[in-house]
Amino acid sequence: MAINGTMPGPLLRLKEGQAVRISVTNDLAEDTSIHWHGLLTPSHMDGVPGLSFPGIKPGETFVYDFGLKQSGTYWYHSHSGLQEPMGHLAPIIIDPAGPDPVAYDREHMVVLSDYSFMHPHVIFKRLKQQSGLFNHQKQTLAGLVAGRDQTLQERREWAKMLMDPTDISDITGAVMTFLVNGHGPGDNWTGLFAPGERVRLRFINAAAQMIFNVRIPGLKMTVVAADGQNVQPVEVDEFQIGNAETYDVIVQPTQDQAFTLVAEAVDRSGMARATLAPRPGMVAPVPPLRGRPLANMRDMGMDMSAMSGMGGADHAAGAKPAPGMAPPRARGSDAMGDMGGMTMSMRDGQNAPQVKLGPGVQMITPMPMDRTGEPGQGLESVGHRVLVYKDLIALEPGPDLRMPTRALDIRLTGNMERFMWGFDGLAFNETTKPYTFEKGERVRVRLVNDTMMAHPIHLHGHFFELTHGPAGHGPRKHTVIVAPGGEVSWDFTAEPGDWAFHCHMLYHMHAGMFQVFSVRPLDGAAA
Amino acid sequence: MSRLALLALAPLVVGGPAAAQVMDHAAMPGMVMPGDPPKAPAKPKAATHQHSAPASPAASAPESMPGMSMPPASPPAAAGETTGQDPAGPPALEIPHGPPPPAPTDRAADLYFAPAAMAAARVQLQREHGAATTWKVMANLAEYQARSGADGYRWDGQAWFGGDIHRLVLKSEGEGARGEGVEAAELQALYSRAVGVYTDVQVGLRQDLEPHARTYATVGFETLLPYWFDLEGAAFLSDRGELLGRLEGLYDLRLTNRLILQPRVELNFAAQDTAATRTGSGLSNAELGLRLRYEIRREFAPYVGVSWDRKLGRTADYARADGGDAETTSLVVGVRAFF
Repeated sequence: MAINGTMPGPLLRLKEGQAVRISVTNDLAEDTSIHWHGLLTPSHMDGVPGLSFPGIKPGETFVYDFGLKQSGTYWYHSHSGLQEPMGHLAPIIIDPAGPDPVAYDREHMVVLSDYSFMHPHVIFKRLKQQSGLFNHQKQTLAGLVAGRDQTLQERREWAKMLMDPTDISDITGAVMTFLVNGHGPGDNWTGLFAPGERVRLRFINAAAQMIFNVRIPGLKMTVVAADGQNVQPVEVDEFQIGNAETYDVIVQPTQDQAFTLVAEAVDRSGMARATLAPRPGMVAPVPPLRGRPLANMRDMGMDMSAMSGMGGADHAAGAKPAPGMAPPRARGSDAMGDMGGMTMSMRDGQNAPQVKLGPGVQMITPMPMDRTGEPGQGLESVGHRVLVYKDLIALEPGPDLRMPTRALDIRLTGNMERFMWGFDGLAFNETTKPYTFEKGERVRVRLVNDTMMAHPIHLHGHFFELTHGPAGHGPRKHTVIVAPGGEVSWDFTAEPGDWAFHCHMLYHMHAGMFQVFSVRPLDGAAA
Repeated sequence: MSRLALLALAPLVVGGPAAAQVMDHAAMPGMVMPGDPPKAPAKPKAATHQHSAPASPAASAPESMPGMSMPPASPPAAAGETTGQDPAGPPALEIPHGPPPPAPTDRAADLYFAPAAMAAARVQLQREHGAATTWKVMANLAEYQARSGADGYRWDGQAWFGGDIHRLVLKSEGEGARGEGVEAAELQALYSRAVGVYTDVQVGLRQDLEPHARTYATVGFETLLPYWFDLEGAAFLSDRGELLGRLEGLYDLRLTNRLILQPRVELNFAAQDTAATRTGSGLSNAELGLRLRYEIRREFAPYVGVSWDRKLGRTADYARADGGDAETTSLVVGVRAFF
């Protein structure tokens, strides 16, 4: 599946303040759509069939017509069925109307994606048939004998709860190839630079299901924008990018040599690879895949090390190492022991009264933690500086500095065994009413992850501001990863319309992790 | 996957070179908050200015930042709220979990598009976000059994079709011996409903084709127990009033990610002696199997193993009276597959 014959589709390079009119003609044999990810369009231009418009029938042309109220790195993709995993995706750059606060001499798009030769519907069916089907890195008896992974005690405790610590990604390198700008690792897509230049790399994770960890060995990356919005520069060695997130980074290679750009799958089942080089044809060493991470008790929302006197805490409290530089966890430190005689229910409905406790809810996180100051899964101890959400501070104050007047908790729920996913215990097709807001209402939304997987959650048509950092300077994002067992709070100002709100792992969305934010009253009557 | 390099963008030079963004971590807002409440209000703003590209004409005053049509920001107020997070300052305001507005009675897109077209698209939206129906056809056992006497064969499979909660399930199992044809064969058609996180209950009909035609009403369950034990069980009430029961349990022990050892137990029970079907009351037979499979793909795994089948009690007596064995040990080779 392609847009104008290419995958990714053509880059749209636009300018803030422009009114754009884009005609989309459907040459497919099925309905399609384009959603402008991260763009603040009117609700009826947002491109979600069945919510913002009827979709585009085969042979039809739909004309999108909206003004550009923002600048930065964004992207567009189909919101119909599972077309995006097949390659219906493309980048957008909107140049600022005025001067760009980010200085750079050269720029490259880095569109990450995960392509499979297995049809998305077959992949989805396989996940329903056997949810761990694509995970070929499970714990084994051979691993136990060799002293790898969890100890026997940990394995017993986890097996007792039917929790698989290797369940990092549903779909893996076993059936996916990870691409940079449509090119596989062997193609060695190369971005050129002249030594000394400031090179702006615009990363988009357009993958359907894979979270990536991005690094360029030998180069520091200065993050200057997240989700298209400028942030105060922060220098890191590696960052994790969730599905649909974008990061702009500046690198400044001074040597006349090639550098490998690595986007490693979060479950380490493969990588996307590209090269930055002064001349075409150069290569740099490609680092091997690192060992796959294991989920731990924190991912279950049980922070054992935070409890005093429990023993087994992996390392002493005190001076906290920089994100990414924590000492490796000692093997066996994830055992619960007798938990000091304490019992902690992993599925206590009283911890989340709004959740319908059906077969689709495997657990209710007993003690959700704000994990936005922690590196993403597998990056705790990589030995260099890793970006965390709390590093992101908006360059400019947000447009609405009011304190929220209402708080709303939304629980991300699922059953990994049945591959069921939803919000507050319900798949979208089971819901009877949307989340409702008043136009202009300022609301603090707290997303609690009641599953053992990370979920990049996206709200259409809005930016929300994460609540950390100096007031008014919370980073403005359209998508945020909620770590397993974790919670993320953000404030947003409701814009009139019906807006999709969903997990941007498309197979989770397809399974039902989708809802609607309805904001009333609507603006005016029909145009 | 096109190889078109659409991204070879022309270098875009903006502003001055290298110096445009000087990091100054010490001035990072958020890291200087505690300690100096009276001055705190000014700090985020000051910090922001510092970051805004000194000496770069391109990055002029932040107030001119495009794309952020905020009201002329009021950092003092903003920073005042920040101090709410300061342990020394006033506690952060508790934001009430007020009731949400009522569900809307209108639909935003209906203002712009034909409601009929939207209604059709809404049905599709539901289908694509949780209402997908899927299916699975699986041969758990499909094997040749080598043993003393006539070798045999055996199958045990099931298929399901439906959504997450409601499914139609078909099951079949049976066995035979070379030269003697099918000795036992049954088919079940069940409605299955997910009732727990790991548990389905199933009701329906079982039809025996061999050795005796019998129809049973069936109620059963499938579940996943702690430690990843699979267990299923069912009770069968025949059209002649006989009551039977069955329990099956298995466990997948991963030796490696492809080599899997599966112990399996099947127990059959009867509430009564039924001479016609050669079944005695109580535990009528037990099958213990140990199969080692190699998952070429998860969906396709050949295996070898051993199967020990023992008839017990009156059932064993019936077998011996018929000139058969109460106990059979087979070496098995087969395939476990699903699609």
